[in-house]
Amino acid sequence: MPGKSFFIDTSLCMACKGCQVACKQWHDLPAEKTVNRGTYQNPADLSFVTYKLVRFNETVVDGKLKWLFFSDQCRHCMEPPCEVTAEDPKAIFRDPATGAVLFTADSKDIDTQEVIEACPYNIPRAARDGTLAKCDMCNDRVRNGLLPACVKTCPTGAMNFGDRDEMLVMARKRLATVKKIHPKAKLLDPDDVRVIYLVTEDPMLYHSFAVASNSAFDISRKVALNKLLKPLTRLTAGL
Amino acid sequence: MTNHWIDIRNSDCILIMGSNAAENHPISFKYVTEAQRNGAKVINVDPRFTRTSSRADIYTSLRSGTDIAFLGGMIKYILDNKLYNKDYVANYTNAGFIVGEDFKFKDGLFSGYDAKNRKYDKSKWAFDMDAKGVPKMDISLNNSRCVFQLLENHFSRYNTRLVSSITGTPEADLVEVYKTYAATGARGKAGTIMYAMGWTQHTVGVQNIRTMAIIQLLLGNMGVAGGGVNALRGESNVQGSTDHCLLWHIWPGYLKTPRASNVSLDAYNKKWTPKSNDPLSANWWQNYPKYSVSLLKSFFGEKANKANDFGYDLLPKVDDGTDYSWLTLFDKMYKDALKGFFAWGQNPACSGANSNKTRKAMAKLDWMVNVNLFDNETGSFWKGPGMKPSTIKTEVFMLPACVSVEKEGSITNSGRWMQWRYQGPKPLGNSLSDGNIIMELGNKIKEVYKEGGVFPEPILNLKWDYMTDGLYDPHKAAKEINGYFLKDVTVKDKSFKKGTLVPSFAYLQADGSTSSANWLYCNSYTEKGNMAARRSKEDAPNNIGLYPEFAWCWPVNRRIIYNRASVDLKGQPWDKKDWVIRFAGDVKDGKYVSKKWIGDVPDGGWYPLENPDGTKRNDAKYPFIMRKHGHGQIFGPGRADGPFPEHYEPLESPLGNNLMSKQRMNPAAPVYTTDADSVASNSPKFPVVGTTYRVSEHWQSGLMTRPQPWLLELQPQVFVEMSEELAKEKSIKNGERVKVASARGSLECTAIVTRRFKPFKIAGKIVHEVGLPLHFGWRWPESGAEESANLLTPSTGDPNTRIPESKAFMVNVFKL
Repeated sequence: MPGKSFFIDTSLCMACKGCQVACKQWHDLPAEKTVNRGTYQNPADLSFVTYKLVRFNETVVDGKLKWLFFSDQCRHCMEPPCEVTAEDPKAIFRDPATGAVLFTADSKDIDTQEVIEACPYNIPRAARDGTLAKCDMCNDRVRNGLLPACVKTCPTGAMNFGDRDEMLVMARKRLATVKKIHPKAKLLDPDDVRVIYLVTEDPMLYHSFAVASNSAFDISRKVALNKLLKPLTRLTAGL
Repeated sequence: MTNHWIDIRNSDCILIMGSNAAENHPISFKYVTEAQRNGAKVINVDPRFTRTSSRADIYTSLRSGTDIAFLGGMIKYILDNKLYNKDYVANYTNAGFIVGEDFKFKDGLFSGYDAKNRKYDKSKWAFDMDAKGVPKMDISLNNSRCVFQLLENHFSRYNTRLVSSITGTPEADLVEVYKTYAATGARGKAGTIMYAMGWTQHTVGVQNIRTMAIIQLLLGNMGVAGGGVNALRGESNVQGSTDHCLLWHIWPGYLKTPRASNVSLDAYNKKWTPKSNDPLSANWWQNYPKYSVSLLKSFFGEKANKANDFGYDLLPKVDDGTDYSWLTLFDKMYKDALKGFFAWGQNPACSGANSNKTRKAMAKLDWMVNVNLFDNETGSFWKGPGMKPSTIKTEVFMLPACVSVEKEGSITNSGRWMQWRYQGPKPLGNSLSDGNIIMELGNKIKEVYKEGGVFPEPILNLKWDYMTDGLYDPHKAAKEINGYFLKDVTVKDKSFKKGTLVPSFAYLQADGSTSSANWLYCNSYTEKGNMAARRSKEDAPNNIGLYPEFAWCWPVNRRIIYNRASVDLKGQPWDKKDWVIRFAGDVKDGKYVSKKWIGDVPDGGWYPLENPDGTKRNDAKYPFIMRKHGHGQIFGPGRADGPFPEHYEPLESPLGNNLMSKQRMNPAAPVYTTDADSVASNSPKFPVVGTTYRVSEHWQSGLMTRPQPWLLELQPQVFVEMSEELAKEKSIKNGERVKVASARGSLECTAIVTRRFKPFKIAGKIVHEVGLPLHFGWRWPESGAEESANLLTPSTGDPNTRIPESKAFMVNVFKL
């Protein structure tokens, strides 16, 4: 199943948050009541009603100030630990056509906490009743030939979407160009996820869950051992 | 913009200064990014590290209000290192013009200064003329009184050490920016500037842009692809509304508002029609009477005829030497001199400088009509903070307007593209389009005047026929703007029928046989149809993104103005790859024998100045056709505050004196003196430089974005950004509420303590700067605690435009 993928080139992102608003608009999600906490990042984190969030970080690298932007969302893993953990296709399943990892209303009936902890990117968020929510790849749009809302709205080409092979080619080609100026540039977990980020600095400077720890995917690949390893998964996700 | 949005992608070096393009013009970054991918360097100069800075190849900071010092240093660098395009400068600019002996500059003052009236006598800055009345020129640029030599002398003071102590920019950064940008002086290279209110909202606003225009002329960057002087407009249709006379001092198409001393149409036309005796100067404004008469015909239709001066006497005249700008209007209102006020599509209670004065002024009115989408701080000023409703007599009427997508019509974007838009949803409730509101208002006023009144003729004779079936018809208005033939006429061997649309302004007449409500837009709606509604995605043969049949662009669909400066004297492009136009006429014996330009619509179709064999032609024209003498103006004797830019400190400054000269502030800048106009310069009470700006998440005074929950979620509160160093001095923690105050007002905001602001070293001392977004107001969000940053800003501004100085003033920050 080649399916679809995103390529998110953070070197082109200017943090306009257009993606964040487009996501709320398409999914008709309510605004959260927020306050300014001394940062441009708002809301503070992903939530049951916020699937897409531009994270802001100021940092000094080699004596130069950097303002790093990371448009965070579900990675739609190739072997999703959430799906594996849930073991209930009525609650969490993948669309075979696109590869989108989808949560349903039935997610309230599974072990929500365990699913959250299984995610190496700290993505799923639960409502009070335990129902889980996150980015759905705008699967309804994609199945009807449209781009995801966040990609459609991006003015600079930071957000890209298409057939997985095409996105991988685009990502590798772009990486080669960016590396000439930013030698530390890299793609994050390109083989494991459908949302491939290009970053120019140490990924940890963008977001502590920008990359999965290696063990997380070792685990998801060992699907058969999943049950046995659950306590360990929880441990690593909590890092 | 002299160029347009897509054209930014053709640039080799993009200077973003006086604007924050990534945050406030995000779509522009589509093209900035494209240029950057093709190897262009992006330079950002801003007091604060912004989202634009995060994407720039070179970022450096400067203290707000010191741009002329920064750019003046660049002029010196270009001249010292001979990085200018000599052929371009000598032949296309007024660098070689000889300036009269009356012109002098000493101690920060140009000759002709009248201190009492804060005004210059500009006749002291005139060029020396030869016997034929043509400016004397020395295109070798060696004459000690030529503009080039005067320029070199004027900016010789702007060395990097002095500039750095004024701007606070490290000297090494200055040199890096100068070197990188000046590299576009090489032939075939293009540099562009993206600026906005960060340059205009100063007491030296116009001269900020003049300084950059001089740089662009020196480097040969005017008229070329990827070059130009590009103002990023803050609203989708600011360009259009300016073209159609939003401002008091101009009529549509940048004709002049008549002065009281222009006693007849003839006197008016004589006064404002420039004369050139140089056969090589096109002096396009010599056509002025054709445009003014066509405008009067459009105002008054058949009621305008030769016998009544086409209705010229029916129109209001402004008093000579009097100013009717925004600042002065509110000053007069504050002094009880105005009775009524239409606040149409604006929110002065938050958007105008010195909001406390503005709000108090509104309480002096008898009535106010607030035309807007929602109620706002202006319509509800009488119940705002500090107001006692029972003591306020002003009667406020609210007229609900529909939103732009609910109506058909055009907008003109920054790049001068007039783009037609169809109607989306129908207006909600009983809201109306602006067109319908003003048509009904006009009809009602006509009705009332029919019953009598003082001087009813202007109203009763006004042609007012832009409705179809009782509703405003945008097509009728657009056709009126383009203009009609009013009788059967033959112009330039072509015959036109009465009632048909004029194909272009070259056919407008001064005898009343044509109408046009805006000559610049003549060609936009012709017998071929509505040009603005075109949507062809086919590019022109030069393939530089002109897309000539996508929408329509003024003038006459010319996408890059001054484009005849993009070619050398023989009509061949400086830039062989991204060329704008080229001369392709036939050549015989080394001479051009037929006229043909290809590419963009050329700035006039005359022959180039030279033949292929280098001989001069006498049937050619200089490229800057809108200038009287046909040359780009390095020396600008028409400005109120001097023919060369000069650094002055803002009205409020952290310094007691100007390091550049004895003149502390712009000697021609207006000063207002009511009790609401307190000023605190070089004061220990207000030692911190303040500035205001916009963020991506909100728009203008926030009227359309603060009530939008998804946007309020992103930026819920007014904030003040400050350096870690200042925060430490004041024991302020990131995210806590603080008070920011100026001599005029104060507000509470959330502190964002950030490394993106750094203290400046100015004249040997540490100077802090803070900045606030201008989007908030007490009316919404419902807490009422998020107020306008314009409570802090002063009522002073540029002497040419009177745009307020909202970008540099003095404040203090207090821990609560």
